[in-house]
Amino acid sequence: MSPRTLFIEAAYLAASILFILGLRSLTIPDKARRGMQLAALGMLLAIVGTLVHHEVVHYGWILAGLALGSAIGYPLGVYVPMTAMPQRIAISHMFGAVAATLVGVAEYWHLGNGAEVGRGTMAALGFEVLFGALTITGSFMAFGKLQELLPSRPLTFPGQNVVSIAMFAAALGLFCWLVYDPGAHPAAFYGMVALGLAFGISLVLPIGGADMPVVISLLNSYAGLASSATGFAIGNNVLIIAGALDGASGFILSIIMSRAMNRSFTNVLFGAFGSAPPPSAKTAQGLTVRSITPEDAAIQLAFARLVIVVPGYGMAVAQAQHQVRELAQLIEKNGGTVLYAIHPVAGRMPGHMNVLLAEADIPYDKLKEMDEINDEFQNADVALVIGANDVVNPAARNDRSSPIYGMPILDVDRAKHVIVLKRSMNPGFAGIENELFYAENSSMLFGDAKASLAKLVHEVKQQS
Amino acid sequence: MLELIQIYVFVLAGFVGFFVITRVPALLHTPLMSATNAISAISLVGSLVMAGAERGLLANVLGFVAVTSATINVVGGFIITDRMLKMFKRADRAGGQKK
Repeated sequence: MSPRTLFIEAAYLAASILFILGLRSLTIPDKARRGMQLAALGMLLAIVGTLVHHEVVHYGWILAGLALGSAIGYPLGVYVPMTAMPQRIAISHMFGAVAATLVGVAEYWHLGNGAEVGRGTMAALGFEVLFGALTITGSFMAFGKLQELLPSRPLTFPGQNVVSIAMFAAALGLFCWLVYDPGAHPAAFYGMVALGLAFGISLVLPIGGADMPVVISLLNSYAGLASSATGFAIGNNVLIIAGALDGASGFILSIIMSRAMNRSFTNVLFGAFGSAPPPSAKTAQGLTVRSITPEDAAIQLAFARLVIVVPGYGMAVAQAQHQVRELAQLIEKNGGTVLYAIHPVAGRMPGHMNVLLAEADIPYDKLKEMDEINDEFQNADVALVIGANDVVNPAARNDRSSPIYGMPILDVDRAKHVIVLKRSMNPGFAGIENELFYAENSSMLFGDAKASLAKLVHEVKQQS
Repeated sequence: MLELIQIYVFVLAGFVGFFVITRVPALLHTPLMSATNAISAISLVGSLVMAGAERGLLANVLGFVAVTSATINVVGGFIITDRMLKMFKRADRAGGQKK
């Protein structure tokens, strides 16, 4: 082994170790930052290692790509606001998949359009471009929905699932043919890429906004698997390792998210949940809601000993996290305690609410996971629900006919008083009525979350 | 080039990933996503070879686009992960450093 190869392999090994240590550091919030800086160092080592690779002779394209990528990546890292994080993550899955797919296509082309490819490598290349292609368009659709370039409701047409499955089956057929005969007509390979791209679109279009946490996690996993397949195809272990880590992470997150919605992958991907209002769900007829004035709500909050804030997507839309912090500080000044109950699928991606609340300088030890906080609701004087709906709907516990029956929820209805900040009485996602809003101990404060919270802050100030 | 050893590496890395990542608290799931995304931009390594090797203009151009995409994720991904992690503070520290 030449000293050069030894150096490259040592750099890759060091990078792999630093990546694993970096991810491990994420299990301890206080050490996470330092750990991820180590992982970034690992990345730098791997890049430097590759630049001395004996095959690398033209530096022009490389430098241009590195410069252009940095010029685009830097603002995407520094200036994107935390509220735009779901779409930022979705688009980054697309970039990862673009890189993996293009390397696969270039590799295939370079090896005489498959003529010099063995079966094993062809299988790896096929996986790479297939997963890569569907992740490119799938992530772009997810980005479009989250950025509201596309409507976030499910977009469906009759026979959609049949079309999707047929496309996937055709792509799979081409894949098998290519593995059987890697020298087959190149149209098979490029056709497979095209089918992958089309399948990615038809896979994500019918998925509604509230299911985005599962979709983003799944695309995260696919992007990782595509990277890993690149590693198989070009015989590079650090790629295999990093891709496997990413693939495992996305997979675990999608399982956690689906479980938190009490739904299976298949149901999320092919169910087009919410395209028709469920006929059997309870309706609001004969029930009345109590609305509350900011003054009255402020009195309850000002004298509460324990307030549990339940944030949802509505808080993210209104960008009200800073007002939440302001209100919490006032309550704490009055001697109350404020905790935050975070449902795993609140928002549009895993951990969405935590990031927003942390941005508003709310200490992370007050952000409680569902299992940790559910027993506390019975002690809470006020549960303040901000733009959350399905994750606090008691129908999930006690209405067998409800489409969300069985989904784990936050037991907000057990608090002494529930104040719900909501824009209007429009039912949330999927048109499911929420009986929490009609309960004895609930009252509604209508209006934009940010404006309502600002009023509450003002009124609580008057109280103290 | 596909060898059995690669499958070993993949399976073992998957296991390590599984055991490490199941222990990441829900609190840090968003940074976890952006971190794994930045890390899997290691496909930059493959893109660099494609962009810089003597493999014909098409391979170089595709490699160039791949290098650009992967670099966006490396640079943007690590920066944004750091930005997020910087925000997570304990109660005893959050008070002191408010704007």
